[in-house]
Amino acid sequence: MRKVFSRTKALKPVPFHYCPGCGHSILHRLVAEVIEEMDLIDRAVGVPPAGCAVLAYNYFDLDMGEAPHGRGAAVATGLKRVLPDRLVFTYQGDGDIAAIGTAETIHAANRGEKITAIFVNNAVYGMTGGQMAPTSVLGQVTTTTPRGRDPSREGFPINFTELLAQIKGTAFAARASLHDPVHVLKTKKILRKAFEAQMKGLGFSVVEVLSPCPTNWKMSPPQAFKWVKEEMVKHYPLGVFKDVEGGSLVD
Amino acid sequence: MSEELELMRGTYAIGEAAIRAGCRYYFGYPITPQNELPEYMSRRLPEVGGTFLQSESELAAINMVLGASMAGARVMTSSSSPGISLMQEGLSFMAGQELSAVVVNMIRGGPGLGNIAPSQSDYFQATRGGGHGDYRQIVLAPYSVQEAVDLTYKAFDLADRYRMVVMILGDGMVAQMMEPVRFPPMRSLDDLPPKDWTITGAKDRPSRILRSLILDVNAMEEHNWKLARKYQQVERECPLWEEFMLEDAEMVVVAFGTAARVAKGAVKRAHKEGVKVGLFRPITLWPFPSQELKALYQRGQDTFVVFELNAGQMVEDVKITLGSGPQIISYARPGGVVPNPQELTRVFSRLALSRGTS
Repeated sequence: MRKVFSRTKALKPVPFHYCPGCGHSILHRLVAEVIEEMDLIDRAVGVPPAGCAVLAYNYFDLDMGEAPHGRGAAVATGLKRVLPDRLVFTYQGDGDIAAIGTAETIHAANRGEKITAIFVNNAVYGMTGGQMAPTSVLGQVTTTTPRGRDPSREGFPINFTELLAQIKGTAFAARASLHDPVHVLKTKKILRKAFEAQMKGLGFSVVEVLSPCPTNWKMSPPQAFKWVKEEMVKHYPLGVFKDVEGGSLVD
Repeated sequence: MSEELELMRGTYAIGEAAIRAGCRYYFGYPITPQNELPEYMSRRLPEVGGTFLQSESELAAINMVLGASMAGARVMTSSSSPGISLMQEGLSFMAGQELSAVVVNMIRGGPGLGNIAPSQSDYFQATRGGGHGDYRQIVLAPYSVQEAVDLTYKAFDLADRYRMVVMILGDGMVAQMMEPVRFPPMRSLDDLPPKDWTITGAKDRPSRILRSLILDVNAMEEHNWKLARKYQQVERECPLWEEFMLEDAEMVVVAFGTAARVAKGAVKRAHKEGVKVGLFRPITLWPFPSQELKALYQRGQDTFVVFELNAGQMVEDVKITLGSGPQIISYARPGGVVPNPQELTRVFSRLALSRGTS
């Protein structure tokens, strides 16, 4: 019989703790598969965030080192400067990268650090119980926007990846989504492009991934996937915003 | 030691000593009075194949240090009081993750933006850990440029041996003054102690995790006790101090860093005037040389003048060490004021008069 599927060696053989319908489990596997397919398991160093994915090191069978909340890009800078031939990636949520870690991320991009930021956008602070994130959409009800996000009070959802694409040191910037199998496969291709940009030494790369959080959105998993597709994509268009190699891997 | 004596300012000398100790990575952000240290590193590190990076903030700098340390490098940063405050988050994480690095704090008068004059007002912050959580860092307080060189060289070994952050605590005086120095030899990177805990890619070994998150309370308690045992070991093995003209002393001045430099002059002057005072100078502020200070009390010293350039911080450690037995007097000068030796000598003379000993 032909073997058509096997577990990636870049993940430990343990069950995820993530909620049913959470995007982290899918994205962990995509990242791990790409690292294995690029033959980088023994040359990869990952930096997990504060947030739900803080325990990512329990799942990735890679060298992993924790960063304080938001400081992933700075920690990855230190790692990569010492280990210039390794794959160094951060795995960060929307609050981590686009609120508390804004300065570190923008300046790492501006220096053209050869690191990859995997930016999981689920429009809430998940671990802390569903507070407003910088990426919460207008009108979105969260535990700290009980009347819905109003731009006159809470400002606007931030399109952080477009912002990073403007920066000269950024080699690759794209937004993907996990809302259906087609887009899951596309996400994987985009992750590979970002890692390749790093390993070619082209500069900073970022992949934003729209990801469902059924628990904090108070939805069933199917509702949550539908909300990503119908609401989040409206605010956060998918596609490649920058590719210094001029590729055309767009949605 | 090299045979050549070189006239050098403190900041440059610390930078050169770090490089000779095997430091090849420096991350930092400008702040007075230590700007010449990053400037020196930006020139010198590329000459030895090292990396200098000017960060966007002290917050970023300390986290770059954290990353480089996880990768196993000898790495340092430097700053002054407000910048060191920003670094406390990273310092706490590094203590939790047991990472080694050297951090230089050239203290300025505070609180807040304060001024840029020599001060010792960060004693509490340095010796109590500074950031959140139950941790310590080794604190070395040089009082001359030569000692700044020797302690910086030693700091990297201490940091690696104990997997701890070592802080060099000085001020604008130590940073800016020029003195003749001799440098220790350039360490070969091949001779540095191997590290079996770094994250460099899991090649031919199981993958590793460096973290401070330990959700299980029993495991977290055990981790804290492990750190505490390590700190106890440091307290046993690492205290450094100097005793000066204590043989026939009738009172003891306790001072460190720049204050000790002033105090040494004052002690010599006082002797000429017939006032017998000696100096006890802690060189490690943590671990505080408690046993050695206590030994002085046990040998009959009963008057201790704690002279420091702050509103009275180290005096608390002296009180903890000596209890209520001896007379402990705080002579504290905050705000960036550095009294001259004559002023301090007058303090000793008045005290001697009031005791009727001379």
